[in-house]
Amino acid sequence: MKKSLIALASLSVCFTLSARAEDAITVVNFGGANANAQKVAYYEPIAKEGIKVTAVEYNGEQAKVKAMVDTKNVTWDVVEVESPDVARGCDEGLFEKLDYSKIAPKADLLPSAVSECGVGVFVWSTVMAYNGDKLKTAPTSWADFFDTKKIPGKRGMRKGARYNLEFALLADGVKPADIYKVLATKEGADRAFKKLTSLKPSIQWWEAGAQAPQILVAGDVVLSTVYNGRIDAANREGRNLQIFWPGGIYDLDYWVIPKGTAKKDAVYKFLNFAMKPENQAVYAQNIAYGPTNKKALAKLDKKVLADLPTSEKNAKDALQFNTAFWADQGEALEKRFAAWATQ
Amino acid sequence: MSTSASMNAPLGDLREALSRAESRRKWRAFTLTLPLLVFLLLTLLIPIGALLMRAVENPEVAKALPTTVEALAGWDRTSQPQAAAYAALVRDLSRLPDTADAGALARRLNTEAPGARSLIMGAYKALPIEGDAESVRQQLLDKDARWAEPEFWQAIAKNGSRWTPDYLLASVDLRRDANGHVERMPEEQRAYGGILLRTFQISLIVTLLCLLLAYPLSYWLSTLSERKANVLMIVVLVPFWTSILVRVAAWIVLLQSEGLVNSALLDIGVISKPLELLFNRTGVIISMTHILLPFMILPLYSVMKSVPPTYVRAAVSLGSAPLAAFARVYIPQTLPGVGAGALLVFILSIGYYITPALLGGADDQMLSYYIARYTNVEVNWGMACALGALLLAATMLLYGVYRRLGKTDLALA
Repeated sequence: MKKSLIALASLSVCFTLSARAEDAITVVNFGGANANAQKVAYYEPIAKEGIKVTAVEYNGEQAKVKAMVDTKNVTWDVVEVESPDVARGCDEGLFEKLDYSKIAPKADLLPSAVSECGVGVFVWSTVMAYNGDKLKTAPTSWADFFDTKKIPGKRGMRKGARYNLEFALLADGVKPADIYKVLATKEGADRAFKKLTSLKPSIQWWEAGAQAPQILVAGDVVLSTVYNGRIDAANREGRNLQIFWPGGIYDLDYWVIPKGTAKKDAVYKFLNFAMKPENQAVYAQNIAYGPTNKKALAKLDKKVLADLPTSEKNAKDALQFNTAFWADQGEALEKRFAAWATQ
Repeated sequence: MSTSASMNAPLGDLREALSRAESRRKWRAFTLTLPLLVFLLLTLLIPIGALLMRAVENPEVAKALPTTVEALAGWDRTSQPQAAAYAALVRDLSRLPDTADAGALARRLNTEAPGARSLIMGAYKALPIEGDAESVRQQLLDKDARWAEPEFWQAIAKNGSRWTPDYLLASVDLRRDANGHVERMPEEQRAYGGILLRTFQISLIVTLLCLLLAYPLSYWLSTLSERKANVLMIVVLVPFWTSILVRVAAWIVLLQSEGLVNSALLDIGVISKPLELLFNRTGVIISMTHILLPFMILPLYSVMKSVPPTYVRAAVSLGSAPLAAFARVYIPQTLPGVGAGALLVFILSIGYYITPALLGGADDQMLSYYIARYTNVEVNWGMACALGALLLAATMLLYGVYRRLGKTDLALA
């Protein structure tokens, strides 16, 4: 009797141990202020429901996911990826196809948040920003960004072709709705690069998202393209950085499940938890990125809404990033950008 | 005759015994170095071999579209291909075992003809497409009018073989036209020639600056007493042991427009507005010189330490002017150190990546930045390997030139 009790006890210990190992998942994010907001809104609260999240930071290198899937040694369970990589990785069989019945009702989510292999986590935007303490005449259009006579001084831009070509065309007078149609033609790409050339001597290139607010604060540049959440994070530290919203390019980051993860159940529990409106609202309160669950908006107050890229006022003249276009043309345009920078 | 024969016999034995002992010694030496050789083989030679293989490997199209490649064999490569090619394409696509194969094919073709990704995946997702060849062709064209453009078919026809020179050609700004003739890239796609040149330029400047700074310092160190030299050597080595990222971050703080350097210069009135020291070539060169300086100091110091001071004294006592004695007697003796240090710094800086990425602008990036980009972001490993091979070849070439000029082996004294 005693023996069997001990056996039973040890068996149950084994079970709980294995269950606990099953419920420890690794979630990969891009780090920075965004990772902190995710920690507060998702990783920490879900621990109470028995799922332990280990957060890992990376820089968007799909090569790492590919290497894991190719060698069948998947140690990442949920990975945050940028939009062009969702479709690309899905086509190439790197990610699991998602079962939305275990995540959230599709109707509650933004249409662009629902994708075959990835579920949208938040909406972010690349916008123009300036230092409210230093710049006297605020910019009123993207043409001002390229006009160093009207607003003298250096401009910060992300090192690469993405976003910059769109902004160049906007400044050159192309209507937001026509941007990608124009950019798809050889003449349109020429036009965008020509416009960039006119600004080239005044451009200071940044590499990491955190650099943009930093060079604005330091006074290295007067205007800069920047991820809107980074501005929000800097202002929380007492800066006075202002955003010019019209013409901003908004996009989503997605969560994907690398193919072959052993912890699918826990992963779906995590996704289900994180896509709930109340949890998404907590996230948006911690960083100015828009929730993808539409019901979360009702839970946010006016002050928070005013800084989100998804709010009506901010989204009015915004441009949606065209994932399909960049998945097709990205490599060629980035190479052209490298050649352009050399000239 | 007989005596000489009898004398030869023991001599022959001796010779044999000697050579046996010699070969035993050789074998023992070889066995001792065996772990190192195996280590080198596993960590250096095999990866380099794999890298070179990847740079010419081209399995995607040959594996996924065998009958399409066949059907395109007689095609003139300028007009729209025959309906049979369309039918073969659909047949090949429907035989693919997994979406991943279609994805790999789409990625490969997209690097040749931008847009091929959505074209291929669109057709793959539209499967099954049935009917005779003509109706298959019509259905594909209805689905996406781009199927009429020869550009995409050229990409398929060109990549039918398992091996390709395309990546290597692209790494030197060349490409094959539709008929396989090698030509230069169109102007707006010519990038790597300029980037390679820039890589060498930056490396050369950094090497020269390191030499200029390190030579007097090492000379001074070599004249000091052992104890003082050791203390100062630690000052040289402490930054050497600090993480590169930390040092790069420190340079950002120092060099930014309201940073220490600029505010100091402003305060003492040397300049009236801040200098641009960051996110351009200046910042890259300053910080790379700082990071690589110890690699120049160490070999120089060790060579200078072994140069006896009596030679210069002898030259001076024989009537040479001190400067002339320094130039004609001292400097030639330190040349091995100069060569070793310069080669070390140059080869290290050729591969630099993090420092230019964080401190440089768009036109200060070196070749390894693009290798990392193709590896991590574009996941185009063929191109990454071709650029790696280019860098390897350039480095080997340079080392060859160094050996020819210096007529010595790399000696770290």
